[in-house]
Amino acid sequence: MDALVVDDLQMHFPLRSIIPWRVPRVVRAVDGVSLRVAAGETLGLVGESGCGKSTLARCVLRLIEPTRGRVLLDEEDLTALPEEALRRRRRDIQMVFQDPTASLNPRLSVAATVDEPLALHTPLAGAARRERVDEVLEEVGLGAGLRDRYPHQLSGGQRQRVNIARAIATHPRLVVLDEPTSALDVSLRARVILLLAELKRRMGMAYLFISHDLSTVRYLCDRVAVMYLGVLVEEAPAAELFDHPAHPYTRALLSCIPVPDPDVAPERLRLSGEVPSPIDIPGGCRLRGRCPLAQPVCAEPVPLREIAPGHTVACHLV
Amino acid sequence: MTDLLTIRNLAVHFDTDEGVVQAVDGASLQVGRGEVVGLVGESGSGKSVTALAILRLLRPPARVVGGRIDFDGRNLLACSEEEMRAVRGAQISMVFQSPRTSLNPVLPVGRQIERLLVQHGTSPPGQARARVVEMLREVGIGEPERRAGQYAHQLSGGMCQRVMIAMALATNPRLLIADEPTTGLDVSIAAQILDLLGDLGRRTGAAILLITHDLGVVARRCDRVVVMHAGQTVEWAPVRALFHTPAHPYTRALLRSIPRVAGAGEMEPIPGWVPSLLAPPPGCRFAPRCALVRPECRTPVPVRALDADHRVACFAVETF
Repeated sequence: MDALVVDDLQMHFPLRSIIPWRVPRVVRAVDGVSLRVAAGETLGLVGESGCGKSTLARCVLRLIEPTRGRVLLDEEDLTALPEEALRRRRRDIQMVFQDPTASLNPRLSVAATVDEPLALHTPLAGAARRERVDEVLEEVGLGAGLRDRYPHQLSGGQRQRVNIARAIATHPRLVVLDEPTSALDVSLRARVILLLAELKRRMGMAYLFISHDLSTVRYLCDRVAVMYLGVLVEEAPAAELFDHPAHPYTRALLSCIPVPDPDVAPERLRLSGEVPSPIDIPGGCRLRGRCPLAQPVCAEPVPLREIAPGHTVACHLV
Repeated sequence: MTDLLTIRNLAVHFDTDEGVVQAVDGASLQVGRGEVVGLVGESGSGKSVTALAILRLLRPPARVVGGRIDFDGRNLLACSEEEMRAVRGAQISMVFQSPRTSLNPVLPVGRQIERLLVQHGTSPPGQARARVVEMLREVGIGEPERRAGQYAHQLSGGMCQRVMIAMALATNPRLLIADEPTTGLDVSIAAQILDLLGDLGRRTGAAILLITHDLGVVARRCDRVVVMHAGQTVEWAPVRALFHTPAHPYTRALLRSIPRVAGAGEMEPIPGWVPSLLAPPPGCRFAPRCALVRPECRTPVPVRALDADHRVACFAVETF
């Protein structure tokens, strides 16, 4: 069964127009994205900054209201839920943000931070709740000795563990992880990745893992979706995507990863220029202005199609 | 021919309320002419402090308490502030980690480069403007005439870093120090920036000291690598030797701690934590985290040569 289904999701932000009679322009941050995450599965969502990954995550949790499309959690349409019912459903869908410091309340101790979702979403009270807090802190590798500390007394890695503890405290079905390791140092990154893998194995929740760090995605994800300028351009099982990337954008991204082996020269497919503005999106394939392989046919609309079982790609040239 | 830059036993301490932080204590490295040398290590290993010490940009509470930094035959630590001004920018220049905050926010980027050219006498004032446009084009900035008139906040992170590189190379320096030049940039932009640095380095003959925590970057871009841990340099090797026959336990742990794209293999975090530099362990500072630790690791560690160009500071490594 799918834990999460995202159906034709669209998030357009209108820009204020200086000239009152002119139709306001819009930022097409997410422009018709469909994806599913099976129960217990990890889907990686990769792409450069500005491609709409984080906007999509915020729409999935309805932290912002999408302009079109549906988000289904266990077959229940979150986008149709009234405010109060949505709040109750939030125990099943939690999020870990990129900046471990900014996403913690500096005035709440570690224990109080992890206690908050339990107080809001569970019937636990008193000693039972305190016990659950200690248990969750133990699960994320924070000893009980840290329970009364405040965020400023913790290291970056410890802070991210508190964020993870807060997210998993209510046994959610799905955790949305928005670049959870990008603010961390090399050795801390490895620890947090291993912790996330371990928690998933033990608790069986699904992850939507958003990242631009492809090596981490390879390590943690079952399937990977690649996003560019608001749309998906390729989706495949992780091994398939890394071994047989089809879309020029995916190939370019992979060729940019510095491989820690001086004898391995990755395929060299360089995109020219930078990501264009999501206000003036080119018609047809959105990559065509930067793609070294672009042909006249790329100006035509390009739908996702299946090229191997579970492997879809949106490119005329594949 | 002698090396362009030689650092011997550099020690930098910070005076704080809690005591003296021994941020760098026994850092040694060489950079040859036209060579690209990588300096790697975790955060807090002293990489950036070492870089700032080379340019004598450290200010209190930091102080250099020992060692020598020889650049082209003269000890920079003994130079007067006047002499240093002639070295900085002109002979050694630096590209910092956060390009946007390194640029002046209230001056168009073109004007900043122009000032630099005039200050160092590289271009006569009348021709500086034309040279600026030419330089922006060289570092791959489209529409350079328009961009020259823009401010840092109007440029993307990648473009700001290109401007920084243009400024760093404006005076034809012989050494360029790049401190995590691609942190915070997207992978595709980071690759473009590293390509650009490499190309310009080769074209101008400038040597590059590339400071990074990304071993992938080191593998592709560097000729030699120096590994640093908790303020000490622990291994010096040509890039191939470092990846194929890493010798120091820290280097090996660092290599094991990175997730890899090719075949999801083993990944192990480095055991333990970087020790407090307020009261660092005597001898090898990796000893408390090391599986191969012996009693003598608490005493000063001699440097052993494994090969002509591969050296390591560790008791546990037997000479091959």
